[in-house]
Amino acid sequence: MTENNISLVKLDNAGVYKSSKWLVRGVSFEISKGQIVTLIGPNGSGKTSTAKMILNIFQTNEGIVKRNTEKVAYVPQKINIDWTLPLRVVDFMRLTNNISHAQIIESLTLTGVEKLLNNEIRNLSGGEFQRVLIARAIAKDPELLVLDEPVQGVDFNGEIALYNLIKNISDKLNCGILLISHDIHFVMSATDHVICLNGHICCSGTPSAVAKNPAYIKLFGEHTTSTLSLYEHHHDHSHTHDGSISR
Amino acid sequence: MFDDFFIRALIAGIGVAIVTGPLGCMVIWRRLSYFGDTLSHSALLGVTIAYSFSINISLSVFIVSGVIALLLLSLQKRTKLPGDALLGLLSHSTLAVGLVIIGLLTSIRFDLMGLLFGDILSVTIEDIFIIWLGGLIILGVLYFIWKSLFAATVNYDLAAAEGMKPDSSNFIFTILLAGVIAIAIKMIGVLLITGLLLIPAAMARNLSSNPHQMIALSVIGGILSVIIGLFSSLEFNTASGPSIIVAALVLFILSLLPFKRSSALQR
Repeated sequence: MTENNISLVKLDNAGVYKSSKWLVRGVSFEISKGQIVTLIGPNGSGKTSTAKMILNIFQTNEGIVKRNTEKVAYVPQKINIDWTLPLRVVDFMRLTNNISHAQIIESLTLTGVEKLLNNEIRNLSGGEFQRVLIARAIAKDPELLVLDEPVQGVDFNGEIALYNLIKNISDKLNCGILLISHDIHFVMSATDHVICLNGHICCSGTPSAVAKNPAYIKLFGEHTTSTLSLYEHHHDHSHTHDGSISR
Repeated sequence: MFDDFFIRALIAGIGVAIVTGPLGCMVIWRRLSYFGDTLSHSALLGVTIAYSFSINISLSVFIVSGVIALLLLSLQKRTKLPGDALLGLLSHSTLAVGLVIIGLLTSIRFDLMGLLFGDILSVTIEDIFIIWLGGLIILGVLYFIWKSLFAATVNYDLAAAEGMKPDSSNFIFTILLAGVIAIAIKMIGVLLITGLLLIPAAMARNLSSNPHQMIALSVIGGILSVIIGLFSSLEFNTASGPSIIVAALVLFILSLLPFKRSSALQR
C-alpha cells in the first residue's frame, strides 16, 4: 500500500441546509491517510456541520461527500449522559465496538485516565470525560478520526499532552484526522492542512500559507500569526491523573 | 387456593415482566414514558377493533399501536408542535376514540374495567402462549438490535457517525414497544401498562451502577411486582393491574431507603 495519498474522504462543493438556512456550503477538500486536516473559524461558521457531513450524521443538500472508509471514530463536541442511565467508563469504551479489556486499559492509559475505568461517566469532570472520549475513539483503531474540539475543559499541561498524543496517533496509526480546534498554536505547528471556515471556505492550505492569507488575518487578527510554534512545557517528571508525581 | 386461573395469571404475568424489564430500562433512558403511554392508550382502539371483527386481541392491539407509533414518528418530524403536546394530543384522542367506539358497540358486552385495569380471570392458555412466544420474539429482536439501540441512546450522533444505524434500531424499538403493549394488555390493562415498564426500571436505577445490572434488577423487580400484585389481587379481590403497579411502587419506595445508599457509596 502506498502511504499517505489514499483518500479517506472527499468533499466536493458540499453543503447542508437546515431550518431554512445554509449551515455551511461550497465545501471542497480531501483527507488522506496520515494527514491532519484542521477546521478553524468563528462560532457558527459551520465547522461541526462540516464534520457531521463527513460522518453521515447530516445528509448533504448539495454537492457530494465521498467516504472510502467505514472505520471511523468520532469525538463529539458535547455529550450529555442522562442520570437514568448508569454508565461506567468501561461500558462507554465498548459503545460501538467489542474491544478487549487490554485494549481499553491501553487507550485509557494513553490519555491518562486508566484509573477511572469503573467510575460512572456522569461523575467525571469535564476534562476527565474529554480524555475518556479521546481514548474511546483511539481504541477503535480508526482509519478516519474526527475530533470536535477534543481538549475543551482539559487543564493546560493535559492539553499539550493530548495534542501531542493526537499528533502521535496520526503517525502511529497512519489514520487521517479531521480536527476542529480553536488552538491556533497547535493548528499552525502540527497540522498538515488548514481550512478556514466562515459559512464557506475562506481560505485553505498549509498553515504558513493560511497564516499569510488576508481572509485569515481578517477573521483572526494580526497577532495570531506571530506565534507559530507550539509551546512545549517540559518537566523532569510527569503527573499521574490524581496529581501525584510519577517517575 | 391455587385455582387454575391463578396459576395461568402467574405464568402470564411473569412472562410479561421478563419482557418489560429490559424494554422499561430503554423507555426510561430514552425518555419515552409519555410515548409508551400514548401507545398503550391507543391499544384500547385495538381492542375495540378486535371485538368488532372478532380477531385476536393481541394481534389487533399490536397492529393499531404499531400504526400509531409510526404515525407519531412521522408526525414528530413534520409538525412544529412540541413533542409532549403531540403525544398528549394523540394519547388522549386515541383513548377517547376507543371509549366512544366502545359506547357505540352496543351489541357486544364489554368488561370496561377489565380493559382499562387488567383482569386476571380472563387469562387463557392461548394468552399464555401468545405472551411467551411474543415475549421471546421481542427479546430476540431486542438482543439483535441492542448494541445499536444502546449506542443511539447514549448519543445519537456518535452512533450515526460510527456506523451503528440508529434510525433503523429506533424504528424497530418502537415496533417492539407496540408488541409489549399487545402482550401485556390483558394482565395490566390499557391505563397502567407504562407503569410496569417504568416503575421496576426506576427502582432498578436506584440500586445499580451499570446498565446490565439495571436490566437484571428491573426484570427481578417486575417479576416480584407481578407475584406480589397477583397474590394481593386474589386476596383482596382488587383489579390485577393496579395491584401489580402498587406492588411495584412499594418496591420502588423500598429502593429509596437509606440503607441501600451505603452500598452505592462503597463502590
